[in-house]
Amino acid sequence: MICTLRLAFDDCPAAEPYAFTPGQFHMVYLHPVGEVALSIVSDPLDHHFFDHTVRPVGRVSEGLVRLHPGDRVGIRGPFGRGWPLDAARGRDLLLLTGGLGCAPVVSVIRYVLRRRADYGRLVILQGVRHADDLIWRAQYEAWGRAPATEVLLAADVAGHDWPWAEGPVVDLLDHVSLDPRRTLALLCGPELMIEAAIAVLRGRGLPDDAIWLNLERNMHCGIGHCGHCQVGPRFVCTDGPVFRYDEIADLLGVRGF
Amino acid sequence: MLRGAGYRVLGPRVQDAVVGFGEVGRIEELTPGLRESQAPGRYRLDAAADGRWFGWTVGPQALKPLLFPPREVLWRSVRDAAGGLRFEPPQEAAPAVAVFGVRACDLAALALLDAHFLGGPAPDQGYAARRERLLTVGVDCARSAPTCFCVSTGDGPMLVSGYDIGLAELDDGLLVWPGTADGAAIVDRLPLDEALPDQLAEAAEAGNRAAASQQRRLPSRHLARALFASLDHPRWRQVGARCLACGNCTAVCPTCFCHAARSEPSLAAAAEQVREWDSCFSAEHSLLHGHPLRPDAAARYRQWLTHKLGGWHAQYGRSGCVGCGRCLTWCPVGIDLVAEAGAIVGDDSDD
Repeated sequence: MICTLRLAFDDCPAAEPYAFTPGQFHMVYLHPVGEVALSIVSDPLDHHFFDHTVRPVGRVSEGLVRLHPGDRVGIRGPFGRGWPLDAARGRDLLLLTGGLGCAPVVSVIRYVLRRRADYGRLVILQGVRHADDLIWRAQYEAWGRAPATEVLLAADVAGHDWPWAEGPVVDLLDHVSLDPRRTLALLCGPELMIEAAIAVLRGRGLPDDAIWLNLERNMHCGIGHCGHCQVGPRFVCTDGPVFRYDEIADLLGVRGF
Repeated sequence: MLRGAGYRVLGPRVQDAVVGFGEVGRIEELTPGLRESQAPGRYRLDAAADGRWFGWTVGPQALKPLLFPPREVLWRSVRDAAGGLRFEPPQEAAPAVAVFGVRACDLAALALLDAHFLGGPAPDQGYAARRERLLTVGVDCARSAPTCFCVSTGDGPMLVSGYDIGLAELDDGLLVWPGTADGAAIVDRLPLDEALPDQLAEAAEAGNRAAASQQRRLPSRHLARALFASLDHPRWRQVGARCLACGNCTAVCPTCFCHAARSEPSLAAAAEQVREWDSCFSAEHSLLHGHPLRPDAAARYRQWLTHKLGGWHAQYGRSGCVGCGRCLTWCPVGIDLVAEAGAIVGDDSDD
């Protein structure tokens, strides 16, 4: 059961601004079980709360989805480098994601829609393995009705009541026009999908420095000390988790890194 | 005098049949004539007839456990009756520690650990507190073990930098000199005679002999490009077949910093967030969605070597290897980092 936790500080003055960038993450501590890295999915303008979407996959996240209103957790962060949303102002954005509700990209969609005039076209391509896996179906439909916004969905296994495409999400790129001079691509999901998408996007003329991706690695500290998340000389927790393709191209897709 | 100045004094003591840094109450507790023989997969303590205080080279641990303990409480989480959480720093205060017999390679490793734990935007507070109160009494190595290769990494065998007080052992006595103001404050109070030119020459000759006796050398101090260009080399598979993935090399490496963090619950309202040394040779180290990214020893050895000799350059401005040779000695199957690096990069180095 996937759920979104809405959290508010109980030990900070409400007036104190809490700044973060979509794509950054918190280490969320569930007493006395432990910590887990979770992307922040709410908007930085909402000073009085922030949201984390949690999928129960381990001891901590299994506990987090069972919390009740008023329960307390510990927060460290925000950590890492988020999406380049300042540099993206005025550009078209192509968001390509795979898997169950890719939280780091959901935060970008909300950020852009709240500042709609600051950005160009918004193209959202979302893939799931099975049609039944798509969460927030109504939300995707609502996003598709926003100005200058296109939503294309694909399921590896379509099933009935699936009006969208069947097949890999990367194939949706064939149905999208994009201007390589003004588009930034933001990718999030399984690395095989990211690699396939990069190959297509480069073939469509997108320069390497216009392709950004979110990497997931084992994280224990969030501050570049514990060593688990390293990809070659890069700490995903501090140098990423969002990387520009040309920063990570040498080791992306190399098994074992 | 150090104890009078408030230091807990550590020096070479035989512990578990190896030379380690242990508590030294009086100078008589030190054993002269300690000497060891080392080879890949082998360490034996021998007695030397010369009665030198520092005739041994390196034991299994450098300064790492003193500054970055194998197990450490990071913070405590306390839940009150209303369900509120309070986070408390660990209680123990760092004592002032003086360590005798620190080697040039140990000091080079210390500088690297400093860069890792203190150099970034979030300095490690426990490390910083212990580091602040550490006084190092370094000593020139007058001999090298067969496993030593610090000449090729540029880190020894004679002291280079990073020590508070320097020592060089002569056939008859010690040369003593300050390396920092803290060291000078101690040295200035010692009843010392001015060193004679012959004594300085004797120390220099001993260091030169130790340097010249080293048989192992890394192909270069700059192997990042060569290693990352060799990720498909068949040697990874071969060394992976020998490697037990036991993690001894990372435990004895004076610069390996990986650690795992976890919460230790108790029946009381408090839980402790604890960190323990981890190793990139464990399956858990690279877990992602329940599966290790590096499923076999070949991938893990490649991760370790490409990071140690490669990735460190971009992260900390130099290689993460200081040439101490501990990973050779303490590898149960005697894998030789120098030989593996040489086989993989050949003569293809950056300089």
